[in-house]
Amino acid sequence: MALGIGNLLLHKLRSFLTMLGVVFGVGSVVAMLSVGEGASKEALEQIRKLGSNTIIVSTIKSAEEQSTTMVHSHMSIYGLTYDDFSRISETFDSVTEAVPAKIITKEARLGEKSLDIRVVGTTSGWFDLVRRPVLAGRVLLPSDLAQQSAVAVLTEYGARRLLATENTIGQNLRIGGDYFEVIGIVKSEGGMAGNIQIPDQRVDAYIPINVARLYIGDVVTRRTAGSREREMVELHQIITEVDSSENVEPTAAGITAMLSRFHNKKDYTVSVPLALLRQAEATKRTFNIVLGSIACISLLVGGIGIMNIMLASVTERTREIGIRRAIGAKRKQIIVQFLIETVVLSTAGGIIGIAMGVLIPVVITQLAGMPTVITPQSIVLPLVISLGVGIVFGLYPAVRAARVDPIVALRHE
Amino acid sequence: MGAEPRAMNETTIVRLKDVCKIYEMGTYKVEALDHISIDFKAGGFWAVMGPSGSGKSTMLNILGCLDRVTSGNYFFEGRNISSFNDDALSELRLKCIGFVFQSFNLIPQLTVRRNIELPLYYLGWDADDSSERAGELAAGVGLGDRLEHRPTELSGGQMQRVSIARALANDPKVILADEPTGNLDTATGDQILDLLADLNEKGKTIIMVTHEPHIAARASARLHMKDGLIDSIEED
Repeated sequence: MALGIGNLLLHKLRSFLTMLGVVFGVGSVVAMLSVGEGASKEALEQIRKLGSNTIIVSTIKSAEEQSTTMVHSHMSIYGLTYDDFSRISETFDSVTEAVPAKIITKEARLGEKSLDIRVVGTTSGWFDLVRRPVLAGRVLLPSDLAQQSAVAVLTEYGARRLLATENTIGQNLRIGGDYFEVIGIVKSEGGMAGNIQIPDQRVDAYIPINVARLYIGDVVTRRTAGSREREMVELHQIITEVDSSENVEPTAAGITAMLSRFHNKKDYTVSVPLALLRQAEATKRTFNIVLGSIACISLLVGGIGIMNIMLASVTERTREIGIRRAIGAKRKQIIVQFLIETVVLSTAGGIIGIAMGVLIPVVITQLAGMPTVITPQSIVLPLVISLGVGIVFGLYPAVRAARVDPIVALRHE
Repeated sequence: MGAEPRAMNETTIVRLKDVCKIYEMGTYKVEALDHISIDFKAGGFWAVMGPSGSGKSTMLNILGCLDRVTSGNYFFEGRNISSFNDDALSELRLKCIGFVFQSFNLIPQLTVRRNIELPLYYLGWDADDSSERAGELAAGVGLGDRLEHRPTELSGGQMQRVSIARALANDPKVILADEPTGNLDTATGDQILDLLADLNEKGKTIIMVTHEPHIAARASARLHMKDGLIDSIEED
């Protein structure tokens, strides 16, 4: 072993360059695995946060609506309705709670600062289902809806953009043409979980839904180049909680069936986070398989590089092999000598690759804020494989070395 | 195990009996050795001479177990080793034979010490013992102070002395030298011969190939070869 390492150190530059193939192969795989693991972990956590027992029904603009070319004051009516909400919350026994949401973009003004924010008209149930820690004040209560109070809860993100502080509680937020009292600030959570948008991403203010209906209404007018579009959407989202995980998918199926009966176009989607969780895990598995394949290819390339260099090394050291054999070294001993050199090379490359592969995600997490996770497998596996690569690709050159005829070798060069 | 030859002398170290060596080059055959028979006695100092193509190098290779006879028998210390496989021959070389080459054949990346230790490494000696022995051997050839040098830092004569020290490391039964003074000037060559003669006096059997008559004169017996045959033998 010492002999092998000694020989490699003698040709430091060459050894280093040979190792690079394995280093990059291993390093990139470890780094990619960590990033992938981190991304999927975040996605999974987001999905879990929604509760594995929730069903999210969202309004979408159906294909027909989007492609309509009618001019002037065409008004499109689509999406979930208040009736849909009643049906969902009342006809399904497994639904423990249902929360409607109306999402509108409106210009808001707090003190001196005004900007477009997203307003969510909803009930107090929202804060049960979409759990957010309260930073200041309070959330909506049933009494707010009962009394039709013009109150608003800001998200932390929204509060920051409106330059609101904890002391803003009690001040007036002007939404559209109406004034709402700011009663609380909650922590924002945002992001994508799989392919559903978590309800309050970039949402800035929550107001009671009946108040929203009253003051803002269901019709939204948009002026685009050349024409004026009017849309009537009653509800943008209905979030329901189901009593148990077993009932989630049947309930979702039931809701889908019910909606299809009452809607003549597909202007809604039903998302089941639980299903998404499973899908995300399946995606992760596929991703890992793809990564594994890439790893195999890059290690193959690295291995071939090593084999190439070792073959050149054997040729260069033909005389030396002849001398060793003349002294009495057996073929097997020559094989072992060269094999050890190759294995040391590939394993050292693997270790450096792992070090690099571990460092890069850490740097990424620091700079880009993306989470990364380093698992023990993503370290042990590449190490074992780089060892294997050394043995497999080192065997041929080592056998070639052993086959050298001492008499011929001693005359070499 | 082969049949014991009829008049086997107890002091015969190596014996070739009716040995032929044929090389095939494509369709042609080259008969390098043509039915050679000879006994080399223990403690002898032989010089093998002859023009190129006479078979002297071939015979040395066979004696050194680097090559095998095509037909005939090779007895080493009474044992017929003609059909030994590669591993067995390697073992025999390791334990019983020491080589000295014309171009020294030291490993350039290793120090003098490590070069001398090489046979001991393959014999499985532990590091301390082997280091000690290397020191002794180096001192024995007058290079005790050069142990940590590399071959590139040595003169030709010094390198050959290291070779000889290496050849002695395994305490061989026979030392085989192939043109040991070929790459050296006359004065240095003589020094090397002094060393070899000294070893011979201490009991080492030496078989040396050379084409220089004044070098051959230092040996106690001279074998002349021609066209794969032994032409003549003269003993002092």
